[in-house]
Amino acid sequence: MGRAKLPRKSTAVDMTPFCDVAFLLLTFFILTTKFKPDQKIDINTPSSVSSKVAPEKNFIMISLNKDGKAFLNSDNYKGIMQTALDNLNSQYSLGLSPNEVLKLSKVPVIGTSLQGLKQYSQLPPDALNDKLPGIPIDSTHNELTMWMKAFVDASSTIAGDVTDDANGATSIILKGDNLAKFPQFKNVIAALTENHILKFQMVTNPEAVPTGSELWKKAQIEKTTTATN
Amino acid sequence: MADIDTGGGGHKKKGPGVKKGKKLSTRVDLTPMVDLGFLLITFFMFTTTMSQPTSMHLNMPDDNKNTQEQKTKESGSLTIWLGKNDNLYYYNGILKPDLSNVQVTNYKDIRQVILNKKQTTDTADLFMIVMPGNQSTYKNIINILDEFSINDVERYALVNKVDPQYEKDIEQFDSRSQ
Repeated sequence: MGRAKLPRKSTAVDMTPFCDVAFLLLTFFILTTKFKPDQKIDINTPSSVSSKVAPEKNFIMISLNKDGKAFLNSDNYKGIMQTALDNLNSQYSLGLSPNEVLKLSKVPVIGTSLQGLKQYSQLPPDALNDKLPGIPIDSTHNELTMWMKAFVDASSTIAGDVTDDANGATSIILKGDNLAKFPQFKNVIAALTENHILKFQMVTNPEAVPTGSELWKKAQIEKTTTATN
Repeated sequence: MADIDTGGGGHKKKGPGVKKGKKLSTRVDLTPMVDLGFLLITFFMFTTTMSQPTSMHLNMPDDNKNTQEQKTKESGSLTIWLGKNDNLYYYNGILKPDLSNVQVTNYKDIRQVILNKKQTTDTADLFMIVMPGNQSTYKNIINILDEFSINDVERYALVNKVDPQYEKDIEQFDSRSQ
């Protein structure tokens, strides 16, 4: 039978463009990536329409987990944590050696009472988790008040030394879990207001503004006015 | 696998006595490289944080100083209690002793309540008061404050030290709603 014989073509595909695309994407992700900060304490924050980005520098963060335990951490900006620890150490005679103070100022999270700090500095890093006792914040014995007082004193002494104060004051960030109850939140607020810290920020997840709401209308008007300008 | 064989094929005779070295293909199989590339992409995609956390600003009044109490018009105030299980209780103006003017709602419907209040009262008189009950959560507080910013309410207060009498009333409503 006379049947036309088609030339047999290779099924192999040239992988080069595919490889190019893969590496292009890879480069994009490497350059844009920013690793999630090491979360020692598991906290699910609520969401809000606020569009202000939470500060990443010069902050003191108070975390409130779902069991109502309070934790404290700071980026130790200009050694604020160390100064505050020094203050607490001398004021409440905690018996911390300078070495222990240095160690504690670098600990990712503080979650114990003042008396427990000495022992706390010896803890291995993997022991810093939800099982920590947390800073006592009962209305009768609120150690967070002492902490905040130490921070206020520390920031005033540090601000005296620093000449370039372009970054402004230390921001107090409150990071609470969805399920944290109000009584604990109240005690945290009380610790802040007692030290005349009246402005603070609460960490939230970004959320879209509901269409048709007042804020949405306001944003629309702003958009049109900037477009016409 | 993925390379196209181009070498070989037509062996032409070069002549007697001419020995040719075997021509090797210069093409490399790129499949493992692509595999590796995508593996790394997946890794970076999972570890990257695309959305940065935002923050909500809150200013509290200084309760150490004897600041004079803010006078609000009865007609312009709306008090919202945060109850258990995402329940909300609200009333306009002053609370009646028998709690008869307190209404129950939830976080979805509160928007309309706030909007109605806003439309029916003068902006200068409008004042929202939030009293969280002991059973309410942090999420409830954020949600209600967020609701104010969504509805563009400028004047509101979060009551930190809730009066025990109100606490009792909120509890009463909490037990009723169960």
